[in-house]
Amino acid sequence: MLNIGNKQTRVDGPQKVTGKATYTADIAAPFYHAYVLQSTIACGSITAIDTTAAEAFEGVKAIFTHLNLPERLKNKVDYTDPLAPPGKPFRPFYNNTILYNGQPIALVVAESFEQARYASKLIKVTYEEKKFKGSLAENLKNASADRAPEPAKNRGDFTKAFKNSDYTIIREYRQSRNYHNPMEPHATSVEYNSDGNIVVYDKIQGVASSLKYLKGVFGLGADSVRVKSDFVGGAFGSGLRPQYQLFMATLAALELKHNVQMVMTRAQMFSFGYRPEVIHTMKLGCSKDGTLTALSHKTVGETSTFEDFNETIVDWSGLLYKCDNVNLEYELTPVQSYTPLDMRAPGGVSGVYALECAIDELAHEAGIDPLEFRRKNYVDYDQNENKPFTSKELKACYARCEEVFNWNNRKSLAKTDPHLLLGYGMATGSWEALQQPASVALSMNEMGTFTIKCATADIGTGTYTVMSQIAADKLGVSLDKIKFKLGDTAFPDSPIEGGSWTVSSVGSAVAAICEKFQYRIFDVWKRNNPEYQAVAFEAISFQDAKLKYGSKTFAFTEIMQQASKDELSIAHSEAPADGQDTHSGYAHCCVMVEVTVDKELGIIKVPRLVNVSAAGKIINPKTAENQLLGSMIWGLGMALREEGMVDSRYGRVMNANFAEYHIAVNADIHDIHTEFVEEHDDKVNPLGAKGVGELGIVGLAAAISNAIFDATGKRLRKLPMLLDDVLEV
Amino acid sequence: MNTNPVHFTLNGKPVKISIEPWTTLLDYLRYHKKLVGTKKGCDHGQCGACTVLVDGNSVNSCLCLLVSLDGKDITTIEGIGTADNLSVEQQIFIEEDAYQCGFCTPGQICSTIAMRNRGEINSEEELKDWMSGNLCRCAAYKNLTKAARRIYKES
Repeated sequence: MLNIGNKQTRVDGPQKVTGKATYTADIAAPFYHAYVLQSTIACGSITAIDTTAAEAFEGVKAIFTHLNLPERLKNKVDYTDPLAPPGKPFRPFYNNTILYNGQPIALVVAESFEQARYASKLIKVTYEEKKFKGSLAENLKNASADRAPEPAKNRGDFTKAFKNSDYTIIREYRQSRNYHNPMEPHATSVEYNSDGNIVVYDKIQGVASSLKYLKGVFGLGADSVRVKSDFVGGAFGSGLRPQYQLFMATLAALELKHNVQMVMTRAQMFSFGYRPEVIHTMKLGCSKDGTLTALSHKTVGETSTFEDFNETIVDWSGLLYKCDNVNLEYELTPVQSYTPLDMRAPGGVSGVYALECAIDELAHEAGIDPLEFRRKNYVDYDQNENKPFTSKELKACYARCEEVFNWNNRKSLAKTDPHLLLGYGMATGSWEALQQPASVALSMNEMGTFTIKCATADIGTGTYTVMSQIAADKLGVSLDKIKFKLGDTAFPDSPIEGGSWTVSSVGSAVAAICEKFQYRIFDVWKRNNPEYQAVAFEAISFQDAKLKYGSKTFAFTEIMQQASKDELSIAHSEAPADGQDTHSGYAHCCVMVEVTVDKELGIIKVPRLVNVSAAGKIINPKTAENQLLGSMIWGLGMALREEGMVDSRYGRVMNANFAEYHIAVNADIHDIHTEFVEEHDDKVNPLGAKGVGELGIVGLAAAISNAIFDATGKRLRKLPMLLDDVLEV
Repeated sequence: MNTNPVHFTLNGKPVKISIEPWTTLLDYLRYHKKLVGTKKGCDHGQCGACTVLVDGNSVNSCLCLLVSLDGKDITTIEGIGTADNLSVEQQIFIEEDAYQCGFCTPGQICSTIAMRNRGEINSEEELKDWMSGNLCRCAAYKNLTKAARRIYKES
C-alpha cells in the first residue's frame, strides 16, 4: 500500500472539476466592492484630486486617496513583508508622489463592482510631471554593483585565461520583461466581524506573509486578524509578496467596518511585480579540445527607484560547468517602474539562458557537438562554494535525453516540408534543492481519520495530494484517512510556497510528525497491554491502520480509545539537519528541442520538446510530471511569446492584456515529453526529494535559441524570439 | 435603474427576471446567483476562464449580456456534475490530471463538452485549436489535450 511514488490523482480534484474549489474572489459574503484608480503618469506628483462627483454616485460608500489616509498609517508603520528587498516598500496613498505609471492613487468602495468601477472614472486628477527615463537601455549609465548583492567569488585569472584560449566568444544577450499573470487575478476578501476582528482571504503563496504585512501596516494583533487561502489559482511568484489589493481591501474594511472585496482586473495584473528585463555580456574561451578555460558573465538588471530587487543570475555560470577562471558581475539600475518580483526560477532562468546560449556558440566555434561539449566540461562539485553536491545524476539525464530524442541521428531525419527549415538544440537546466524550517500539527479522531495542518499553500503544485500521500505511507493508512489542511494563519508556521521547497520542507515535517505519532500509538499500546512491555519499536509495524506485532494486529482506533485527549494531538517542527550545509543541493535536467522555421514567413514552431530530469525521489510522478511540463511550456513562452512592452516615454505597459501579452496556448504545444532518471539522495533532506516546479523552465529558452540557429544559421540573442527577428537581414 | 425582462433556463431550472441591460452573464452568475464556479480571468473574452454552455455551445460569459439570452438554455459547471456525482468529463479531467491550480478548469470542461456537441473535430490540430480559447497559465496543455481527446472520443 505504498502511496509515495504512486501516480495518485489529486485529492482536491473533485472540488476543482465541479467549481467548488473556492478561490479568494469566490468567498461568499455580502461584500462592498473596491476598485482602484491608477496613475496615468510615471513620475511626478498629484497636484489636485477631485472626488466630488464620484462620492455622489449611487452606491459609493467611500473613496480613499492620499488626502484622507488615516494618520495612524503614517507614523512608524512597517510596510515590509518577509520577501521585501532592500529599500523602501511602496506605501499606497502615503503622499502625493508618483513612483510609477499604474500606481494606485484612489480607491472607490461601492455596493457593486460596476458602481465602484464607474465612479472611479468620475475622479479628476491633476498631475505635475517630472522628466524620467523609462527603460533599462536609457538608464544603463546609472547601473551599479553597489545596489546589488555580490555574486559568487571570482576564481583563477579570467583575463589571462581568456587571452590564451584557442576559441573565444564575446556576446550580448537580452531578455525582455515578463509578467506572471496567473489565471486567477489577485484578490482579497475581508470579512469584518461584529467584534471588530477580521478574516482576510488573500491570494498569496504563504498566509504568514500577508499576516506580517497586516500587522506591520495596520497594527493588528495576532488575535484580531486571521489570513486564509484555501485555493490559489496559480501564482508563479506573483504571490510571494502581498500585493496592493491586500492593503486596499483591508483599509476599506477597517475604516467602513464592513466586508470588502477587491479583485484586480487583468490590466491591473501588470501594475506590480515582473521578471525584470536584463542584459547579459558573456565572454567564454575554450581550448582546441573543448575544455572550458575562461568564463565571464556580467548582467545588468532593472529595479525600481524605491527597492533594490535582485536575483541570483550570474552565479549559475560559475556552477554548471567545470571552469577554473571565472569572473562574475551583477549590476542593477533603477527605472521608473514598480519593483520587479521573483518569477518562476528567478535568476536561474535568466542566467542559464545566457550561459547555455553562449556554451552552444562556443561549442560551435570549436566544432564540437553541443552535447559532447557539455559532457567534456562536466563538473561533480560546486566550484562556487567549493562543496560536493548532495547528488547529481545529470550524466544520466544527458544519456537518457540523447536516447529518447534520438540526438545522434537528428540530422538524418527527413525534412518533409520544403518551406520549413529544421533545427535542433539542447541545454542543461538546474534548480536549487533547498529545505526550510516548517511546522505541522497532527490529530486523530475516533474514526481513525488524521487531520494534519500547516500554514503552507497549494498554488496548483499538488501540496494537498503529496502531503496526504506522505502521511498515508508513514502512518500505514489509506489516503482517504488523511485530511491535509493548509492556507490558514491559525495553523503551524510554514515557509512561503516558493523556491520549489514545499515538498522538501513541509513534506519532511509531515513525515517526521507521522513517525512521532507512531511512537505515540506504540506507547499507548504498551501501556494498555502490559504483556508487551518488553517489545521494541523496531519489532512492530504499521499497516492497514493497524499496529502489527508478529501475527497479531491491533487497530489504531482501538488502541487510541485508551489514549487521553492530549495524546491524540501532536505538534512538530522540522528544520534542515545539522551539517546539511556541507553539501550543495540542486536538481538537474537536460532539454532537447526540435524547431521548424518557415523560410518565407519566419514562423517558429516547436514540434518536439524532451526533458529528462534528475530530482531525487519523486513523491507523485503524476503531479511532478505535470509541473515539469508546465515549466517547460513556460520556457517556450519565454522564448517565443512573452514580452511586457513598456512605452519608455510614459513608463506604461502597452500590452497589459492577454490579447497582446502572449502566453503559450494549447495549439503551441505539440510532442512534449518529460521523464525522471533514478536519483538517490540521502543528504538533501529526509525524503530525498527535490522540487520540480521550476526546473523545467531553466535552460529551455536557450535550447530553442540554439535550435533556431541550427535551423537558420542566425543567432537571435534576445527574448522573445519573433518571426520578424528571423526575417531581419 | 432601468431593467429589462429576460427568461432563460439555468442549470435545468427556468428563470424569469428583470435586470440592468449592462449586466453580463458572468457577473449575473457570480454576483447575483453566487455560482462562482465560473471564473473571471480577464473580463475581455481573451482567456476563456468564464466559458459556459449556452444551448450546448461554448460562450465567453464575460462578453455576453444577460438580456440577450432570452429563451436560451444556460449550463454552468455547477450544472454538469457534483463531487458525489461527477460527470464523465469531470472524471476524465481528474484521471488525466488535466489541471494544476484548477482556476481555468470549469471553463476548460465546458469547452470540451461544446467541442463534443459540435462534433466537427477531424484532427489533433483542430482539437488543439478548439481548446486554445481557454488559456491555462499552469500550462497543463498535454494533459488537457489528452482529456479533451478522450471526452471527444469516449463520451
